[in-house]
Amino acid sequence: MRRVGSRRRGARFQRAASALLPTPRCSGNGVDLLVASIAGFGSYLPARVVTSADLAAQLDCTPEWILEVSGIEERRYAAPDEDVVAMGVAAARNCLDRAQCPAADIRLLIVSSASSPQRFPGPAAAIAAQLGLGEIPAIDIPVASAGSLFGLALASHLAASSGPVLVVATEKMSGAISLQPDQRNTAILFGDGAGACLVREGAGLLRIADRELGSDGTFAPDLRLPLAGPVEMNGRSVIMQATRKMPRAILAVLERSGVPPGDVQAFLMHQANQNLMDRVAKSVGAPADRFYSNIRRYGNTSSASMLIAAAEWWSGAALHPGAPVCFAAFGAGFHWGAILAITE
Amino acid sequence: MNNQDRIAQILKAVSENPELPGADESLFDGGYLDSFALPEVVGALEKEFGIKIPDSDLNPRKLETINKIEQYVDSHK
Repeated sequence: MRRVGSRRRGARFQRAASALLPTPRCSGNGVDLLVASIAGFGSYLPARVVTSADLAAQLDCTPEWILEVSGIEERRYAAPDEDVVAMGVAAARNCLDRAQCPAADIRLLIVSSASSPQRFPGPAAAIAAQLGLGEIPAIDIPVASAGSLFGLALASHLAASSGPVLVVATEKMSGAISLQPDQRNTAILFGDGAGACLVREGAGLLRIADRELGSDGTFAPDLRLPLAGPVEMNGRSVIMQATRKMPRAILAVLERSGVPPGDVQAFLMHQANQNLMDRVAKSVGAPADRFYSNIRRYGNTSSASMLIAAAEWWSGAALHPGAPVCFAAFGAGFHWGAILAITE
Repeated sequence: MNNQDRIAQILKAVSENPELPGADESLFDGGYLDSFALPEVVGALEKEFGIKIPDSDLNPRKLETINKIEQYVDSHK
């Protein structure tokens, strides 16, 4: 779908896109010569809606306070017998259907989930089995909130050698929180769900142009899910580091490709907290309405959130060929990063 | 204006509240500042004092009180 007046904007984006000459790099960051594109997105949200009013009663706070500090009015909780495998399979099928890609075409599965109920195996092998993917390699990356971004970055490197890569992020965070008043700062944030994207060599929906990833384990204690649970978070540290590291990563990929922040058609971020997204928008110097947000309805679904947001955005997006789109995430580890993609 | 006064001005501007806590009282526990105010305070401190605060120094406990902020600024000028 194109809007009136889009032809001139589309031409400008085309000129910007054609200037993105890939430069070979040795590290996992940056632009490389291998072209990979995202061919589609998918998502799955459980049916049960838990409102902030529902939680406020248990957590000795008010729904107004929850909305003020997080931007969240509702989140979804999976059914007791609905696990990360089931949600991941549902999101993957949604993605493959929307991308019109047979499951038999997939050559590599990458699954991000840090809320699996067992240490090993992670959910990737079971998701691959339930999708009927055969004996393709299925990799788990328990990276928490930045997991789908890291998965997408890996897929963009591997698609040329492996064939089509399906990235799935699936989280049951309702099992990782405690609904006690002294845990309200984390309990209010999280919801359950799954997202997926398909990455292929060559042309597609969004060509992956550049990536910037980082990790700093000195902050590992500041956001973690111990084996005995629940989630432990030093909120001030998370906010302080996220508000620095995410804009830095976003600006790095934009500056390397000569893309002004105001030219980015959509920022598809990990949906951690609306206040955080607003602050990142301000730091980056891009209009806040370019930062797609569904946190009000789904809360923070950890690594699933970026792909759930992308899947929703794709449904209603007016895609101008050549328009830049930027993915970004920050989470436990700390791990963070940004990926620049160009609409094709 | 001494450093503590300059810090106080920054805090009042960020919080939009002229009633500062005591110099050894937590700026956060009593709700004077929320977590999202901290990046704004850090940015303002860097600009006011011409210092660069590295990510590794951004331990919220180092910036918990006016006195701690002053100690940090004095040690990094």
